[in-house]
Amino acid sequence: MTALALRLGAVPRAYFWAFWLVLGVASLVLWSNPDIAKWLVKYPRSMFVPLIAWINDFKTATIDYVTPFTRAIAALIELPFDLLQALLAKGFITAGQDVIFPRLSWLGVIGAMTIAGYALGGVRVAVVSFLCFAYLAVIGKWDSAMLTLASVALCVPIGIVCGLVFGILCFRFTWLYDWVIRPSLDIAQTMPAFAYLVPVLLLFGSGPVPAMVATVIFATPPMVRATKLALEQVPEEITSMADMFGCTRRQRLWRVMLPTAKPLLLVGINQVIMMSLNMVIIASMIGAGGLGFDVLVALRRLDIGPAMEAGFAIVVIAIALDRMSLAAAHQDGRWQAPPQGSFMQRHPFVVMAAAWLALTTFGGMAFDGLAAVPEALTFSTKTMLDEVVAWINVTFFDQIEAVKVWLLVNLLNPYKAFLLDLPWISVVAATGLLGYQLGGWRLAVLVAPLILFPVLVGLWEKTMIAVYLCSISVFFAALIGIPVGAWASTREWRNRVVTIVIDTLQTIPIFVFIIPAVMLFGIGDVSAMIAIVLFAVTTAIRYTNHGLRQVPPHLIEAARAVGCTQRQIFWRVKLPLAMPEIMLGINQTLLMGLAMLIITAMIGTRDLGQEVFIGLAKADIGRGLVAGLCVAFLGIVADRLIVAGAARLRRRLGLPDE
Amino acid sequence: MTDVATVKLACRGVWKVFGRGAEAYMAAGPGPEALTPEAMAEAGLMAGVRDVTVEIGEGEIFIVMGLSGSGKSTLLRCMSRLIEPSAGEVLFEGRDLLKASEAELIDIRRHKMGMVFQHFALLPHLTVLENVAFPLAIQKVAKAEREQRAREVIELVGLGGRENAYPRQLSGGQQQRVGIARSLAVKPELWFLDEPFSALDPLIRGEMQDELIRLQKVLRKTMIFVTHDFDEAIKLADRIAIMKDGRVIQIGTPEELVMNPATDYVAAFTRNVQRAKVLTARSIMSPVNGVAAIGQVRATDKIADVAPIVIGAGKPVAVTDDSGAVIGTLAPQAVIDTLIGRDART
Repeated sequence: MTALALRLGAVPRAYFWAFWLVLGVASLVLWSNPDIAKWLVKYPRSMFVPLIAWINDFKTATIDYVTPFTRAIAALIELPFDLLQALLAKGFITAGQDVIFPRLSWLGVIGAMTIAGYALGGVRVAVVSFLCFAYLAVIGKWDSAMLTLASVALCVPIGIVCGLVFGILCFRFTWLYDWVIRPSLDIAQTMPAFAYLVPVLLLFGSGPVPAMVATVIFATPPMVRATKLALEQVPEEITSMADMFGCTRRQRLWRVMLPTAKPLLLVGINQVIMMSLNMVIIASMIGAGGLGFDVLVALRRLDIGPAMEAGFAIVVIAIALDRMSLAAAHQDGRWQAPPQGSFMQRHPFVVMAAAWLALTTFGGMAFDGLAAVPEALTFSTKTMLDEVVAWINVTFFDQIEAVKVWLLVNLLNPYKAFLLDLPWISVVAATGLLGYQLGGWRLAVLVAPLILFPVLVGLWEKTMIAVYLCSISVFFAALIGIPVGAWASTREWRNRVVTIVIDTLQTIPIFVFIIPAVMLFGIGDVSAMIAIVLFAVTTAIRYTNHGLRQVPPHLIEAARAVGCTQRQIFWRVKLPLAMPEIMLGINQTLLMGLAMLIITAMIGTRDLGQEVFIGLAKADIGRGLVAGLCVAFLGIVADRLIVAGAARLRRRLGLPDE
Repeated sequence: MTDVATVKLACRGVWKVFGRGAEAYMAAGPGPEALTPEAMAEAGLMAGVRDVTVEIGEGEIFIVMGLSGSGKSTLLRCMSRLIEPSAGEVLFEGRDLLKASEAELIDIRRHKMGMVFQHFALLPHLTVLENVAFPLAIQKVAKAEREQRAREVIELVGLGGRENAYPRQLSGGQQQRVGIARSLAVKPELWFLDEPFSALDPLIRGEMQDELIRLQKVLRKTMIFVTHDFDEAIKLADRIAIMKDGRVIQIGTPEELVMNPATDYVAAFTRNVQRAKVLTARSIMSPVNGVAAIGQVRATDKIADVAPIVIGAGKPVAVTDDSGAVIGTLAPQAVIDTLIGRDART
């Protein structure tokens, strides 16, 4: 049996060099003389699989049967959404534009949020919460912010409930998880969010509701995972206890397991909130309005000041919601005796917040200053920001332009041209061979067809542009991130500083990152690259730092004992041992880069992201979906290859498997 | 000592086999040669509990003692059917627990069984009072009634005044008192304790053992207690079953184990036991052959307890049985030998 395993599993390493050599030479020949077999270099148009048309035909054939159903769901969501929107942003208005009841007073909302912050996390969170919401009012972004908040306030509970339900089902029926949910989650996470905006748009009609459906689809997966994980981590003794005292299955789940799993579930809820906010911003482009829409409009007009202002507002909301939900998740450390008595005594904060909201809102009927933020209190930073941006662009125009042109001429364009010239057959073969080398024939059989998919559907060129943009961004992210991570790993205070910065950067919705890039470099590939680097570099830093700090201290001591210098310890002990972890960091960086592609399409890249974007704009379900699948497949290929590589490295280093 | 008055729980040929296809393997009625550890390992199986037969009498403290991996906790879980035995019968008050339906099992557990866990298994989101009342709450007992009952048992385990604390605010010993109170809330007839004091530090452990002895004097439950600590077993047990590699290798009173260990393995445990605390006057007394004896001690008295009397007397003391008849004498030298650990019978 071992002999067989040897023959199948482990082709001697020398053979691989031979394979690579043959592949390299063949590719070179093909590349320099494309006329030998043109169809192997450039896949002939006549052989495209018309998948887009098939999907659209299928859509046309079925849409009439599906839409009544989906539109009904849409109507169902619309009702609570209208309610929330009226409450927070618009007020209750009749058809004749008469205001029946005003929206909640801005002062009331600020107060209620401060009280909520205090109830969840004490004075510190209350201060953060107050400052964030006060900022929104003062900056004059209150209306947009409340629209965004209304969407989040509806998406989050739906996402939580869906996540809980599916998580519980996964926990109870493992086959369901292994065969259905896990693959779906993988695709839902690697597929760019935009790609499923398209079918959602068609099925649910236009307007804010489809945006919310897409948001829920996007934000639910982490909750599913968190729920499953949390239930699995309930100690076996606790479940035995439930059985022993005669709990029925239902009692065991609801009264024992879920409450015990609460801290982890709350972490999942935090993720749902952050993902919802991320997506609501993106989705606001298809009609939800709010802050995302403000950013988009400003960016289209290249109005950097307003774009930055709205972007800041998004960040501020993200910080407030993040701190509050994290505080809730960590609250279990300080159980207190439950207050007894009336509702008011048991829930003093709820009563206080409600009273304050009622007071200010009814007060607003008499005093305008309570209903809308008084002009006198607000100031806009737009002009100031515009001036700063203008000053930077004027003063440093030459330098910025020089950098941009240098990058384009010497790096980006040649690299792009090289990738585009590669014969498709070489790329597919190389991917397959790499898969075989890293993970045996199983991996090869998975990754080669996935990379063949864009060839067949005729999106090869756009896919290669996506590969180009993503890989070069990841290269720069690693180039910056790994040294920073290494720097942070050596001292405790550095680690703490870097961790705080990273944590803050990661609460910033993905969408905001293009603003500074566009501000400096205008529209184009350089900006797109910088946006991706900005977004992804945190991950590279985090994994490097973590990997290096995880190297067992006794190994470092041993190295010191045999007289290694600091430099030798780093290069010969720490880095090799941290390498698997760093590779996983690169993997995450890559996946984040792919997620960012669609957003950068807004600033003029010509890759798969643009294709999805067009699909969205033209409501072309086939086009959007197929391009989305290409991105998802790229993500899966990269993920599987790197994970397999890291696992191989771990085995060779004798480290335990992940 | 198998002459148990009323059998509360009996295991007959209980097996628990782990591994793929264990059920089918055991259901096929394998012969003895197929049940050796080697044969099972060949089939990819591992027996946690091997052919265990025990009877536990009403009101008895029955201790299952073994080192880690000996199968003691697995046996306990088979007895309560927390895990499904692979073969054999578990008779609770004469009816086979393994044939009970899920509803019947829930009913039995709700009303007749209680269990204390090694790591307490308290629910972190409930107060002491709510934790203790939890078994009643799931039976949908009215709130006032269950809280009153909970307060009674909390008082009983000496935690009165801490009703509104949360588990994490309590020390380990206090948490286990909550666990004990909770298991008593339903007035169980059969009380399982799975290494209840193993997670506590030695001082608290001793205190909790005394507490358990005190409780048992009041409650007179049938108790099945699992431990890896032989001293603890000796201190608490009416009878002890010693387990090794899934088998019960000896069942007996502490005294029987100390006097007649069945194997070297058992003897290794008994070697360091303070014999004077285990042995009774009966087991080291000499026959009454005309020796003049003064005073009297009972045959069931522990040597450690009667040592001051006997040694103080300076002469052999009469040993009487329950009816008061003299059945032997206890010499000071024999008591001293036992106290210092010298084998008195030689």
